[in-house]
Amino acid sequence: MPERELRDRGDLTQALLDNATWPDSLVAEAGIPVYDVPLVTVGGGIGSFVLVDYLRIAGVPTADIRVLSTIDNPWQTYEYLTRVSQIPGPERIRSDSSSRPDNIWGFPSYALSEAWRERTLRPLVHVLGEPIFADYWTPRVADVFKSMARESGRIGYPTMLVKGVVRMVRRRAGGGYFTVLTPPVGTGPTKRVAYRSRFVHLAVGYPGLRFLPDLQEFREKYGDFTRVVNAYESHEHVYEALRTRPGTVMVRGGGIVASRVLQRLMDDRERFGLQTKIVHIFRTFVTGAHGPHLWSRRKGGDGWAYQGFNYPKSVWGGQLKAKMRRLDGAERATEYKRMGGTNTPKRRRWQQQMRAGREGGWYEASQGLVERVEPAADGTLVSLVTGDAGTRKIGADYIIDCTGLEADIAEHRVLADLLAHGGAGRNPLGRLEVERHFEVKGTASGDGALYATGAATLGGYFPGVDTFLGLQIGAQEITDDLARRGFGRRIGSVRSTTQWVRWAFGRPVREG
Amino acid sequence: MVPVLSGRIQTRLVLLLVVGSVVTAVVTPLVGADYRTTFAVLAAVAVLGVGWELLYHLLMQFRWEKDWPSLFGLLTAVPEGLLLWLLLDAGLLPTVDTVPLAAYVVHFAAVWLAVWLVANGPMRVPFLRWRFRGGRLT
Repeated sequence: MPERELRDRGDLTQALLDNATWPDSLVAEAGIPVYDVPLVTVGGGIGSFVLVDYLRIAGVPTADIRVLSTIDNPWQTYEYLTRVSQIPGPERIRSDSSSRPDNIWGFPSYALSEAWRERTLRPLVHVLGEPIFADYWTPRVADVFKSMARESGRIGYPTMLVKGVVRMVRRRAGGGYFTVLTPPVGTGPTKRVAYRSRFVHLAVGYPGLRFLPDLQEFREKYGDFTRVVNAYESHEHVYEALRTRPGTVMVRGGGIVASRVLQRLMDDRERFGLQTKIVHIFRTFVTGAHGPHLWSRRKGGDGWAYQGFNYPKSVWGGQLKAKMRRLDGAERATEYKRMGGTNTPKRRRWQQQMRAGREGGWYEASQGLVERVEPAADGTLVSLVTGDAGTRKIGADYIIDCTGLEADIAEHRVLADLLAHGGAGRNPLGRLEVERHFEVKGTASGDGALYATGAATLGGYFPGVDTFLGLQIGAQEITDDLARRGFGRRIGSVRSTTQWVRWAFGRPVREG
Repeated sequence: MVPVLSGRIQTRLVLLLVVGSVVTAVVTPLVGADYRTTFAVLAAVAVLGVGWELLYHLLMQFRWEKDWPSLFGLLTAVPEGLLLWLLLDAGLLPTVDTVPLAAYVVHFAAVWLAVWLVANGPMRVPFLRWRFRGGRLT
């Protein structure tokens, strides 16, 4: 058969594209091979991994799960993002000691494991003193990946992985879903394959990055992608250039990535004796503790809002979690706004560095909104900044955007299709609206269910979805809901304990 | 675990009942006390504890995170232990006559430490959902 004919066989037809619900015959007519499996999870990142971990521990065999993904292991994307945003392997991430994706119990915590492995009490003493006498103890990013690799092997994750790009999920006539996958070129006889399943889980991560409008405009107008960079893309060349010749860097944003980038700039300055100057622009400049009343006041200062983790700790199990679970619509949006806002941990090392920078006159932070960025005659970049101090022109050699703006969920092809054809809707924050058990509202199909976890669902009954612990909370809710529907077992106290013992000894999870 | 009020109370009662009882059963002969006394002390820690938890919950409201660091869970032994000793010393605890101070301190500290250790880790093994429900067991 000619190659072209082979390639065109088994592709989406107009009839498939036009119909929100697909009968089996329609897929068969298109020549798309169909694979049956009870549950597919789309994404293959940490969100998929923790759900699969839960399900395997709940007794679901590997044959009943398929992970559809473009990446080879669940931490690949996370590893890339942490590396470029200045968290190399030995550095510690911003995650609680008991938020470990490789262990559904959170016991032993990362601190306890590190203490055991390195035969030292130091991590435990640190945890005991946090957050009063020490910064929050957090795990080294390399240890997080190592422990996930171990768990991945234990649950047989690689055997469930199917490589390819998911194009869409559509409801199936008679119940369940079709998930259309485009496998890597040359790996199959058809362009697409379809997975027919009763359950689908979407954990597709961040839909994409969005640049600040003025920086986007600059990049498009002048075609300069080297001097105006986003902290979430590789920008090592900036640090390298600063080592060859002194320069001024403008840092924009008040979150943890801004803290990380500052640390890198300041570490390099110290290590290599550089003369780097840093101009830091905050859109919202926080001068002290802030909040509406005594029971709702967050610490802050020098521009920053300080908070240990991405959210106040009680979103993962305490008062805020309980409260948000009861709120809908505008009330929910208001509560998100009250506890939200960009923030960073108040770490002692960062405080020392910034103090030294202020005293030495090479670090300057101020409030401002940048109207536009233009190249100056001397080759520098000039930002027109309006703010509390009036309108100013600030020059810099590099601009690092650390604001971490995220694209709309409709930028993601699968989510866009789900919004257009799958019955899904948006929550008060504009992301995917999910139930308390993480089923995407409006997408039920017969006895099947479609779930979503992670960043795409931010704004739901549970905040903190885009965190390690949030993914585990989502996975637990989904596993319990699936058990109610007869898929997998509900993990009770006895199963939980026996499975923990297996985890502790590194014994594989049994099939079934 | 970041607690809600009902979770605090439930966790305290269950841990004192299970872990506290085991520790009390072991420690009592070692400190030379009688079981009636030590179990009455244990019951008092539980009953008074409900009141203490209300106070802790109130104090927690001043924290932005609405959390209760592990260290607080350990250090609150001091005011709780002191108050209970004062009540014992004043003869205000029913069914208990006298307890030597040393025996009381060892028993109280052993129970407290065991409950605190279990609450800070092993509790999550049999109760998988406990930490996400603010310490509620029901």
